[in-house]
Amino acid sequence: MINILIKPTKENLKNFVTIGGFLVFISFIDVLANTFLNLNFTGFLPSKLSFFAPLIIGTIGLYLIRIEYSGNKLLDKINTNFNSNNFNAILSLIVIFALIKYIPPVLNWFFFDANFAGNTKEDCTGSGACWVFVKVWFNRFVYGMYPDTEQWRINSAFIMLFGLVGASFFVPTKLKKYLLIFLIFVYPVIGLKLISGGEFGLKYVETGAWGGLSLTFIVSAFALILCFPVGMFLALGRRSSLPAIRYTSIGFIELWRGVPLITVLFMSAVMFPMFLPDGTYVDKLIRVLIAITLFEAAYMAEVIRGGLQALPKGQYEAAKSLGMGYWRMHFLIILPQALKLVIPGIANTFLALVKDTPLIFVVGLLELAGMVNLAKTNPKWLGMAMEGYVFAGLVFWVICYAMSRYSQNLEKKLSTERN
Amino acid sequence: MSKIIELKNVNKWFDKFQALKDVNLEVNTQEKIVICGPSGSGKSTLIRCINRLEEHQEGQIIVDGKEISENTKDIEKIRAEVGMVFQQFNLFPHLSILDNCTLAPIWVKKLPKKQAEEIAMKNLERVQIADQAKKFPGQLSGGQQQRSALARALCMEPKIMLFDEPTSALDPEMIKEVLDSMVDLAKAGMTMIVVTHEMGFAKEVADNMIFMDEGRIVEKAKTKDFFDNPKSNRTKLFLSQIL
Repeated sequence: MINILIKPTKENLKNFVTIGGFLVFISFIDVLANTFLNLNFTGFLPSKLSFFAPLIIGTIGLYLIRIEYSGNKLLDKINTNFNSNNFNAILSLIVIFALIKYIPPVLNWFFFDANFAGNTKEDCTGSGACWVFVKVWFNRFVYGMYPDTEQWRINSAFIMLFGLVGASFFVPTKLKKYLLIFLIFVYPVIGLKLISGGEFGLKYVETGAWGGLSLTFIVSAFALILCFPVGMFLALGRRSSLPAIRYTSIGFIELWRGVPLITVLFMSAVMFPMFLPDGTYVDKLIRVLIAITLFEAAYMAEVIRGGLQALPKGQYEAAKSLGMGYWRMHFLIILPQALKLVIPGIANTFLALVKDTPLIFVVGLLELAGMVNLAKTNPKWLGMAMEGYVFAGLVFWVICYAMSRYSQNLEKKLSTERN
Repeated sequence: MSKIIELKNVNKWFDKFQALKDVNLEVNTQEKIVICGPSGSGKSTLIRCINRLEEHQEGQIIVDGKEISENTKDIEKIRAEVGMVFQQFNLFPHLSILDNCTLAPIWVKKLPKKQAEEIAMKNLERVQIADQAKKFPGQLSGGQQQRSALARALCMEPKIMLFDEPTSALDPEMIKEVLDSMVDLAKAGMTMIVVTHEMGFAKEVADNMIFMDEGRIVEKAKTKDFFDNPKSNRTKLFLSQIL
């Protein structure tokens, strides 16, 4: 017989591995049976001890098979990756057991017990998610209150956008410049006119009816494109040698950074019209866009300033010594390098911006999360909050993950340190 | 020989610290001057005042007939005519060597791209790194980077070249390749002011030597006189330590 209290050794490898492996195996069987068959082998123990029994048995098992340089490749791999000491062994077991216990219920809720067919709440008989809710409301989640017959206008605006962006990757470099100018200066006007209508025989659709995912895209895209140059000039302004410009920039940045976005949006909706002369009217959506843009620009300015400060002084001196003035120095030498340095920070701000868009509900604009909020209070669909928010969360995650991946690619592409 | 740079009673302070004290200097076209002296003696400050990377508070600096003052447009014009090579190379790391060389000619001198590239290739050949034109600064050795920086300055076709300790940041074996390029440039008749500790280079190239200490020009002499019989004791001490 071997003494369990002694340290496992290579000489008794076979015995230790047999006993240890058996204990680990039992602990796994216990957890699996508990999860899938609802059996509790250790039920005779006090409930707390019973709950931790597999963990204790498994840890003892792992202790017994922790033999260094055993010569067995599989055993060595397990020992180095999951079982390098007692603490790691317990952590490994907890993680694995938790995955076994909690993944199946989530999958069940999502797929196996979920309802996909049907058109009303009553069709949802299973215990899982009621995806019928999302299916029925999908149109509204994407287009908001935009009239059904006019939705082709939103579609064509977005198809045009994706077409242009896609084309800009393939056209020769000479044409790229013009395509970009068109995309930034001409397209937004065309796109907005197409969606809002009122001219060229298109029916006018007021911005209050816009909503859903398409509004998320519209607000995010405009704010992203606009807040970038504003932030850039604020960053340069804060480092300017002219006191008037410097203090204006500092004041502006600190003011917007110190105020919650929800307050800013509320002010833009309620207070701002009071300052306008009688009879002038600025659309709610435009006011909101300006508010979000200025708010995010203040953050962007600080991110970009971080990049400006990271550049060595020699870069400024070299540019100056070649006869470049302030603007040429900044646009040709300083900003290209500074912006490259802070791509992660810029991506961060952009992601935060996209996820801030749901706040526009305070002025009555309902983008994706706002539409979900509205749909779940519909008397016919009460109790569907979970499905709705999970759906909205997934959509936001997909958008943000795509942006994050793009920023990582950009970092790699722009890296010139190819030693 | 005509005067191209003239400094009259130049004084400069960094806050309380006086970096330059009553500096007077005249440089003729095609003249080569080497400035030496202990660290902190104001030699770098002196040449950085000539293209106003540092501001002087008193006195006059006249470069190619134009006085350096607050007027930024004038300063930009002067800088375009005065090339500078730095201790830390200061190449633009986000641009290829060729783009480093063509950027200022295209955007400051408004040359067409084709012509700027021809000039760049000519100058890169002159410093013998034409084959590296497509690479980025981070891919080159220190010596190659410093020669690229020299080529970049030459692409503006300057009348004057300033060198601020161009070999101090280099490995010993790379110093020679940079000095060789500078000797070639001197032989081609460029007006040069060089801050350096390379006394061999000074003996070979310089017309006049300047020794600075504590912000003053202590001694200015013909190169041969400077090394053979320095007048001031401070110069003698300095030379005895570095030769």
